[in-house]
Amino acid sequence: MLNFSRWAIAAILLPLVIGILCAVPSFLPDTTVERLPHFMQTRVNLGLDLSGGSHLLLEASTQDVAKQRLANMEEQVRTELRRGDPRIAIGDISSRDGKLSFMVRDPSQVDAAVERIRPLTQGAGLTGQRDFNVEVVNSSTVVITPTSAGIDNAVKGAMEVATEVIRKRIDEMGTREPTIQQQGDNRIVVQVPGLQNPKALKDLLGQTAKLEFKLVDTTASPAEVAQGRAPVGSEVLPYPTNPSGVPMIAVKRQVMVSGEDLTDATQGYDQNNQAIVNIRFNGSGGRKFGQVTSQNVNRPFAIILDGRVLSAPNINEPILGGSAQISGSFTVESANQLAIALRSGKLPVALTVVEERTVGPQLGADSIRAGLLASIIAVVAVAVFMFVSYGRFGMYANLAVAINVLVILGVMGMLGATLTLPGIAGFVLTIGTAVDANVLIYERIREERRRGRGVVQAIEFGYKEASRTIFEANVTHAIAGGIMLALGSGPVKGFAIVLLIGIATSVFTAVTFTRLLASRWLRAKRPTEIHI
Amino acid sequence: MKLLKLVPDNTNIGFVKLRHWAFALTALLTVLAVGATAYRGLNLGVDFVGGLMIEAKFSAPPQLDRVRSTIDRLGVGDGSLQQFGDPKTVQIRLPLPEQGGAGAANAIVEKARKAMAAEFPGVTFSRYDTVSGKVSGELIQNGVLAVMLAVIGIAIFSWFRYEWQFGVSTFVAIMHDVLMTLGFFAITQLEFDLNIVAAVLTIVGYSINDKMVIDDRIRENMRKYRKMDMKSLIDLSVNETLPRTVMTSVTIMLALGALLLFGGHVLRGFTAAMMLGIVVGTYSSVYVSSSLLITLGLSPQIAERKASKTSIADRAERMGPRDDGARP
Repeated sequence: MLNFSRWAIAAILLPLVIGILCAVPSFLPDTTVERLPHFMQTRVNLGLDLSGGSHLLLEASTQDVAKQRLANMEEQVRTELRRGDPRIAIGDISSRDGKLSFMVRDPSQVDAAVERIRPLTQGAGLTGQRDFNVEVVNSSTVVITPTSAGIDNAVKGAMEVATEVIRKRIDEMGTREPTIQQQGDNRIVVQVPGLQNPKALKDLLGQTAKLEFKLVDTTASPAEVAQGRAPVGSEVLPYPTNPSGVPMIAVKRQVMVSGEDLTDATQGYDQNNQAIVNIRFNGSGGRKFGQVTSQNVNRPFAIILDGRVLSAPNINEPILGGSAQISGSFTVESANQLAIALRSGKLPVALTVVEERTVGPQLGADSIRAGLLASIIAVVAVAVFMFVSYGRFGMYANLAVAINVLVILGVMGMLGATLTLPGIAGFVLTIGTAVDANVLIYERIREERRRGRGVVQAIEFGYKEASRTIFEANVTHAIAGGIMLALGSGPVKGFAIVLLIGIATSVFTAVTFTRLLASRWLRAKRPTEIHI
Repeated sequence: MKLLKLVPDNTNIGFVKLRHWAFALTALLTVLAVGATAYRGLNLGVDFVGGLMIEAKFSAPPQLDRVRSTIDRLGVGDGSLQQFGDPKTVQIRLPLPEQGGAGAANAIVEKARKAMAAEFPGVTFSRYDTVSGKVSGELIQNGVLAVMLAVIGIAIFSWFRYEWQFGVSTFVAIMHDVLMTLGFFAITQLEFDLNIVAAVLTIVGYSINDKMVIDDRIRENMRKYRKMDMKSLIDLSVNETLPRTVMTSVTIMLALGALLLFGGHVLRGFTAAMMLGIVVGTYSSVYVSSSLLITLGLSPQIAERKASKTSIADRAERMGPRDDGARP
């Protein structure tokens, strides 16, 4: 039990040395670490509560996705049946309760209509399910119902695109090391360390960036528009900066050019030194834009972003060549944000912030300092206490604790784990509980000595009997830690990571490592009496 | 050098003797804790009720009344103020607007920032959290689920490892610890947030640690002294492990004390909960879980039946003569 072979000693010391080496980069300045080879860049990441920064949890509404899909389906059905050949006349199109239904005017064409709609649906799921079910009710009404597999698929696809779009937008902002992750079915976590003002970020993420150009309906009477009514083929949209004073405007439903045809968007200034956004269309978009503006000289058109009219300038001359500028009441910052949003593409679904945590850099720095100070004082206090209680053996335990702290940091570095403020609390607690293992052993040794066992036998017995208890106590402790890790969010998780790593390493350092130290001492000195 | 011994050798304190009194006291305190939690409720943080929390740091200790009136003038709903940590830091809590989502919350923060800056030059918002009602509901659910699963998981572990009595007594004792912690937060009205859930789970972890050590010793003694009656056996086990119990509590208290005094205001509630938990957990190891073993009818004969399944050699080693008190 107390005899260690050369190999055993190496096997004990090697992981400890590796662990300590992995902890070293965490103490070096950034510039030094960057010069190290990649496998040595094992640093502990600081959580947002320590580094300062913003944590945002964004949620997409699945209902929104479903609604949009249904609207797209409606558009497809219209195009296919009305414009296709032969034409099938339909009426009473409605999308209520999440279903799309319409009536085929000529009952003999119902089967033909269904035949032509079926190819519009797509496979979803594994069991040959489609994303929409098409059925005929009352012999002339066709009902198209989205299947749950279809909705799930659509949400999944939308979330993937949304995550990518958000990544692009944040990268364009030039912030460093953002974390962007999908969480669950319809959520995205965004963490940006060191961000001073998350407002700009949130505004940017909140934008769907669906850009459209539509003609203004000049035939609509201002009184009707003010009441929200528009002529057939037009719709009333909010226009907060309308110079006429009414915050609404009527525009034609038909889209002249949409944001999909954009190739570039940059922030610039107009002749009055007002901030604007310069945009450039691709070939077909440029041609469409040129064509419509040629036909509508001296009429206004509306620039619509996310269903709100930004500005409604007059077309003074045909805009050929595929570039245009968007003016509105922009500041340089908001113009730049819009340019970023337009460049990175539109979000397939609107996202709302359901949770936000922002920590200023000052508080973060204070927390690190306080946490460090508390840890040092805790270590010193515990070390002194252990020494006055157990003498030489107390020092062994202290050495084990010191190594343990470094190894925990090293393991966290290797795993790329994040150290948070509750994590520091976990550290301090680990220091406290790590010595518990030693206390158990030493108290047992004292007991065995009292019972009359010899020095070597008492130590041997103490380690052996206490090891069982230590194992059991730590397994149960690990159960609690594991559950925290699995279910916890935010601070709970940060705490659990340190706790679990600490349990694993402390058993090793407190039991195996101190046993090695004790056995070396016993063999060298062969004491007949021990002070414990 | 004379080494420090907090607990003298070979104590023989009659813990079990007092158990009826202790049971009564425990029951009373538990009822009080549950009552306080039910009656006064917990001061739930924005993590659990949703809303907006702003931590404002002033250049000089502000008059709370002036801060309150500044916030009231914003017209964004009923706010609540709390001095937080040092006198220069004030925590402001506001309800989230029902509509408008992120943009509206943003607007409130900006509005508050402007109004406060005008009234108190040099004020900064060092931290702010916004949690929507939906997310806070999930956080509550996960928190409760985590604590329940931890308690049940641990109880099952000690049931399989030992006799069922250990599982039941551990379960009861840990529930007692959790309820006491909740009661503490209900009475002090300290803010109960996600950090505190971590603290509660750690208390559960520590408390179980403590119970395992004593249970393990009870098991060992049950095999050693088959004829001893359960009461003296538990007294013996608790006394034998007493030095360790005291030593460990003191070291952890030292570590937590450092955290309480120097760890910064963000962790103060967390640390307070932990310190209470250590006291409660240590108490319940002796007076709830161990005493309950007697009530549940555990006796060395039961252990013997189970122990006979293990190898003879294993048993033999533990059957040495009792030589307590013999000095080398």
